[in-house]
Amino acid sequence: MSSPVKGGPEVVLRLAGISKRFGPLLANDNISLTLHAGEVLALLGENGAGKTTLMNILFGHYVADEGTIEAFGRPLPPGSPRAALEAGIGMVHQHFTLADNLSVLDNIAVGTELLWRWRSDRGAARRRLLDLSQRFGLEVRPDAPVGELSVGERQRAEILKALYRDARILILDEPTAVLTPQESAGLFETLRRLTADGLAVVFISHKMNEVFAASDTVAVLRAGKLVATHATASTDRAKLAELMVGRSVKPPAPAPLSPGEPVLELAGVTVASGHGRPLLDRVDLTVCRHQVVGIAGVSGNGQTALAELVSGLIRPDSGRLSLKGSVVEHGDPADMVRRGVARIPEDRHSAGLVGTMAVWENLIAERYRDSSFSRLGVLRRSAARAYAREVIEEFDVRCPGPDARTQLLSGGNMQKLILGRTLAHGPDLILASQPTRGLDIGAVSYVHSRLLDARAAGAGILLISEDLDEILALADCVTVAYHGRLTPLLPHDRVSVSQLGLLMAGHWDILRDILPETVHAA
Amino acid sequence: MRLEPRTDTPLALRLLAPVGAVVAALALCALLVAWTGAPVLRAYGLLFEGAIGSRFALTETLTRATPLILTGLAAAVAFRAKLWNIGAEGQLYMGALAAVVVGGGMLDLPAWALIPAVMIAGMAAGGVTLLGPAVLKVRFGVDEVVTTLLLNFVVLLLVSLLLEGALKDPMGMGWPQSAPVVEAAELPKLVARTRLHAGLAIALGLSVLLWLIDTRTIWGYENRAVGANPRAAAFAGMPVTRVMLRTALLSGGLAGLAGAAEVCGLKGYLTLDLSPGFGYSGIVVAMLAQLHPIGVVGAALFIAGIFVGADAMSRAMPVPNYIADVLVATSLLCMLVAGLLARYRLRRG
Repeated sequence: MSSPVKGGPEVVLRLAGISKRFGPLLANDNISLTLHAGEVLALLGENGAGKTTLMNILFGHYVADEGTIEAFGRPLPPGSPRAALEAGIGMVHQHFTLADNLSVLDNIAVGTELLWRWRSDRGAARRRLLDLSQRFGLEVRPDAPVGELSVGERQRAEILKALYRDARILILDEPTAVLTPQESAGLFETLRRLTADGLAVVFISHKMNEVFAASDTVAVLRAGKLVATHATASTDRAKLAELMVGRSVKPPAPAPLSPGEPVLELAGVTVASGHGRPLLDRVDLTVCRHQVVGIAGVSGNGQTALAELVSGLIRPDSGRLSLKGSVVEHGDPADMVRRGVARIPEDRHSAGLVGTMAVWENLIAERYRDSSFSRLGVLRRSAARAYAREVIEEFDVRCPGPDARTQLLSGGNMQKLILGRTLAHGPDLILASQPTRGLDIGAVSYVHSRLLDARAAGAGILLISEDLDEILALADCVTVAYHGRLTPLLPHDRVSVSQLGLLMAGHWDILRDILPETVHAA
Repeated sequence: MRLEPRTDTPLALRLLAPVGAVVAALALCALLVAWTGAPVLRAYGLLFEGAIGSRFALTETLTRATPLILTGLAAAVAFRAKLWNIGAEGQLYMGALAAVVVGGGMLDLPAWALIPAVMIAGMAAGGVTLLGPAVLKVRFGVDEVVTTLLLNFVVLLLVSLLLEGALKDPMGMGWPQSAPVVEAAELPKLVARTRLHAGLAIALGLSVLLWLIDTRTIWGYENRAVGANPRAAAFAGMPVTRVMLRTALLSGGLAGLAGAAEVCGLKGYLTLDLSPGFGYSGIVVAMLAQLHPIGVVGAALFIAGIFVGADAMSRAMPVPNYIADVLVATSLLCMLVAGLLARYRLRRG
């Protein structure tokens, strides 16, 4: 571990008084930061706090309205990613920027050679790549097409791409969002090797545990302002959370309730994918009233198919789906709503809401055929608006009124709108797909308390989340999705984060240790 | 300079945008008029007079606007649902074809029954013509821009074939034209001794009706939701496929009605020059109207006025009547810019 104090390390990056305004929004407000060689700086903040904006200014995607940047003692010309690359700054984006059809080697070498060269010197490129890969413990297969790599491998390729271009400062935007806990641990190990070599790393995060696992220094942003910079060792979670949000936050506390009768039962459900491994493979799952069942897993292991199945968008190819004891033969979304399923979609922008329509129009989207909202095909617009006003009030949706265009709402308020649309009718089953993804802490705790209220009122909840902390905080039972299969239900107090991580990576043999009494563990 | 989205566009600005666009287009085209050597103000004065300056001019403009309102509505309805119907021209001819077949003496009915029958036949023919491409789109993802556009030529060739063969008027002196529709199928005149016919009333009624459907009924509600975000509409439980097919029938039907109304209200028989591109102009009308059914009426009147006025002007001045096409095209471009400025504001820096 290197630390900023040891031997007075060199300052590699200095941001001074950076401000950036988007219309009325002050995204960055006079931010000054320094980064030393060998240091890992965590940039912590809620969504919309200005972390990504700041890094985009640093990397030249945006031009700051005010302020200057110095890299290795020399001023960095604003607005030029090329200048940033040449100054030794590399960025690993949240959404990878690799071409799927090219090999790892080609992806890394592309853009580093002159276009009019007669032939490319792949031999030298390969040697250099393998050398870097070995030096920093970043294992990759140089000839594998990127499309075939796992997410962790792609990320390693991205990091190697930056190192290949001689990056001495590495920016990682939410690097762990797509990784299993074990892969994250591997990434942190890589960061240690990089900093031991004298590189400086900035990583953007809104997850507290990563900050403590990987950083030397933590800078907290709130609403565009830098509110604090601390040595990580000298602070604690509660303090950082308070700095991030601006007030103290209570973790959700589900009251112990004994589960009631089953509301959702899946028996041997298979959903084919059209090619290769099925999306869901002989899945058995039961969700009871007063119970939250959490589905953990790296994305792409069948969670989307499971959510679409319970939403009524797709049907099982074999097996049975029952709601409240009766088999659903031909489920479609409208049918699922009628049967008392409240569906919170994974992607509220593209699947949940019609952005160009009014708030009231979105609120009645699942029930516009009900006699309370239409008669003989004619909308009862004043009744619908009055209803919308009630829901807005009850679910604390911050908007100018029922006629406001939905796309003008913030992410948190859009989610409250969806909660209002689905939970206002006393559902029996709630499907919550990534219900708090991208929301800030205040909205997260609101969503959690609403879900727990519904659980207390008798609903069963199927919670699909990539956030293990969320699952362990809310769920009574957890199951892990891997390659379209689900583990048996595991009581939340009998599994640890590291065990879940192993299950998420496919090491199901440890089920024997967690559930010794279960013989039929898959 | 950069663009910044407005959180809300005031109504006045939305209404002002088309007016500003037209003024800008007139100003730009003044350069072309001046180039021909004609006095600009007098030329525009003649154009204006030729469009609305007399009873004759006004009724001519309204007559020309009638099919444009209908094809404009056809485009607006389809574009709202993101169904890119470029085939209104073909659907119009199919409607006209149905009108001469049904109205050509096949049915012996009094006018009050025959006229609706002919109009419905025209709508059905146009609707079915668009249904094919729409089914291909929702079932197999076939690009409807290509299929509807190409169908236009197929339909024109079909009409040509029939006018030279099965439908050829035996009394037509060998011209490729159909036999005229019977008198009971002719739409009544709205103003005596002019060409203005009841088709205009139908078109105006439909634009109001479509506006009411759009804003007041669950049909319109579904249409808007499916058009704006089909994924969210499907997730909420709306019948997306049915909405698309319904929209196709309606859009094609409106274009077909334009053809039937031209035959029964104006020409009396079908020839290959029934439409000087009303189907394509309908797209321009819909865009100028920002796809609003009531706005379509205004846009159609504007374009009809330009065409009729330019004809009058070119008779009195050395300005060719092609200036009408240039004016209409320029207004469309200006309208696109005006629409952008209504949604965004310009900021310095």
